[in-house]
Amino acid sequence: MTEHLKSSRFAHRRMRHVRERIIESLLFLAAFSSVAITVAIVVILVRESLGFFEHVSIIDFLTDTQWTPLFDDAHYGIMPLVAGTLVTAGVALAVAIPLGTIIAIYLSEFAPHRVREVVKPVLELLDGIPTVVYGYFALLFVTPLLQYFFPELPGFNMLSAGLVMGVMIIPYVSSISEDAMRAVPMHIREGSYAMGATRFQTALRVVTPAAFSGIAAAYILGISRAIGETMIVAVAAGMQPNLTWNPMEPAATITAYIVQVSLGDLPHGSLGYQTIFVAGLTLLLMTLVFNIAGHWLRRRFREVY
Amino acid sequence: MPGMSVEVMRGLIARRKRWDIIFSIIGLFAMLGGVVTLVALIAAMAIDGLPRISWDFFTSFPSRHAAKAGILSAWVGTTLVMMVTVLSAVPLGVAAGVYLEEYATKNWMTDLIEINVTNLAGVPSIVYGLLALGLFVYQLDLGQSILAAGLTLAILILPVVIVATREAIRSIPGTIREGAFALGATKWQTVSQHVLPYSTAGILTGVIIGLSRAIGETAPLITIGALTYIAFLPDTPFKGEFPYVSFDWLTSAFTVMPIQMFNWVSRPQEEFHYNAAAAGLVLIVMTLIMNALAIYIRYHFRKRIKW
Repeated sequence: MTEHLKSSRFAHRRMRHVRERIIESLLFLAAFSSVAITVAIVVILVRESLGFFEHVSIIDFLTDTQWTPLFDDAHYGIMPLVAGTLVTAGVALAVAIPLGTIIAIYLSEFAPHRVREVVKPVLELLDGIPTVVYGYFALLFVTPLLQYFFPELPGFNMLSAGLVMGVMIIPYVSSISEDAMRAVPMHIREGSYAMGATRFQTALRVVTPAAFSGIAAAYILGISRAIGETMIVAVAAGMQPNLTWNPMEPAATITAYIVQVSLGDLPHGSLGYQTIFVAGLTLLLMTLVFNIAGHWLRRRFREVY
Repeated sequence: MPGMSVEVMRGLIARRKRWDIIFSIIGLFAMLGGVVTLVALIAAMAIDGLPRISWDFFTSFPSRHAAKAGILSAWVGTTLVMMVTVLSAVPLGVAAGVYLEEYATKNWMTDLIEINVTNLAGVPSIVYGLLALGLFVYQLDLGQSILAAGLTLAILILPVVIVATREAIRSIPGTIREGAFALGATKWQTVSQHVLPYSTAGILTGVIIGLSRAIGETAPLITIGALTYIAFLPDTPFKGEFPYVSFDWLTSAFTVMPIQMFNWVSRPQEEFHYNAAAAGLVLIVMTLIMNALAIYIRYHFRKRIKW
C-alpha cells in the first residue's frame, strides 16, 4: 500500500469523524432548545413584570380587591382574577376527580377487556376536542340547561364553564390513574383475594393506596390543566373581574383577562400591556406551586415493590 | 370467626358482594356520563351547525351578515399556520428525541433537558402565547404574522413530538444498531438509515396527535394578536412565473378556524351562533379525522413490523 493511499484513507476517516461530531452538536442544540424555551418564558415574563412593579407596589397587587387596570380609576389587585381561576378550577375538579377516579378503578379492576378497549379511546376523544368548542357547548347548551333548574343563573357563570371543563379533564385523570393501578403487581391483588376480600375491597383498600403516587400525579396534571384552561372560561364565564367564591356568578379568570386584553389593541410597552405578563407570571407560579405539591405527594406515598 | 353464626357470616359476605355490583353500576354510569357529554356536544353542534354547511360556507369571507359569512380566510389561515408548525416542530422535535435516546450520556445536562421537556408539557398554552408575544412579535419583530403563529404552535407541540420520537426509537431493538455497527456504519449512518426509518410510524403518529392539538389551539394565537376579521387571503406560496415560490405569505396577517369560531360565539346575535356551530363542526371533524388517522397508522404498522 502506498503512502498516498494511506494518507487519503486517513483523511477520509478524519472527515467522517468531523462530520459525526458536527451532527451530534446539531442534535444536542435541538434538545437544548427545550431549556432555552423555559429560560425565554421566565425571562420575558419576569422582565415585563418588573416593569409593571415599578409602577404598582407588590402590596397593592396582592391585597387590592379590584382589578381594573384599563379604567381611569385603575386598581391592580390580582385577587379577583385568582379567585375566578380557583373557583372555575374547583368546580372542574369536583367533577373530574371523583368521576375520573371511579372510571379508572372501574376500567382497571372491574371492566372486561373488551369494554376497556372501546371506552378508553372514546374517552380520550374528549381531550382531543378543541377547547373553544367546549366553550360554545358551555355557553349555549349547558348554561340554558342549568337555567332550567336555577332560573336566576346569569348567562355567563363560572358553574357551567367549570362543569364542562371538568368533563374535558376526566380523561386526563382516568387515563393516568388507570395506568398507575394497572402497574400494581398482580400478586398483591391475589394476596388480598386469598384473604377473602371482594373485588371492591381489593380495589379500594389495596390497589388504590398502592397506586396513590401515580393517582396523585394524575390529579396534579388535572389541576394544572384546569388552572391554565382559557377558552372555555373566556367564552362561558364572562370577562368581568369579580371577587367572589360563588360559582353561580360570572367572573373573569387570569386566562380570560389575558384573552380580553389581547383582543383589544394595547400599545407595546404600556402598563396595560405589562399587566398580561404579570397575570401570566401569576398563572405560571400557581401551576408551579401545585406541581411542587404534587412532587412532594408522590415522594411521600411512593410504594416500591 | 368464632362466635358468629353461619347466617350472620353469609349475610356479611352477601353484603360485601353486593358492593361489587353497586360499584360496577356506579362505574358504568360514570363512563356513560363522559360518553353522553361527548354525544350531546357533537349533537348540539350538528343540530345548530349542519344547516349552515354548504359550499359557500367554505368559499366566503367573514361578513357582517351572518347568512353570507364563511370560513375561507380561516381554513386557509389554519392550513398555512400548520405548514409552518410542521416544518419547524418536526425537525427540531425529532432531532431532540434522537439526541436524548441515541447520543445523550447520563449527566446533569441530560437530566436538565429531560426535566425541561416534561415541564414544558405542563405549561398552560396561554403562557406560550405570552412568550411568543414578547419574543416573536416584538423582540424578533416578526409582527402578528403567520410565521409567528406557526412558530408559537411549534413550541407548543414540541414536547409531544419529542416524547413520541423517543418512544418510537426506544421500541427498536438494540440488535438492529449492533448489526449496523458491525458492518462499519457510523453512529449517524445507523441512526439515519436504520433507526429513523423504522420508527417513522411512531413519530408520524405523535406528529399527527400534536397537530390535532395545535389545530384547535386558540388562546396563544389570540395572545399574539391574531385578528378576528380577515377578508383577504395571504399571498399564494406558489407563482406562475419565476421564481415560482414566494414567501410573502409568511408575514401576512391571518385568522384561524378556532379564532373565527370564538369571534362568532362571542357575538350577541343568534344567527352568528349558527355559524359558530358550523365552524365547530368542521373543527371537530378535522380533529376526529386526524385522531383516526393516527390510530390507523399505529395499528397498521404495529401489525406489519415483526422483529
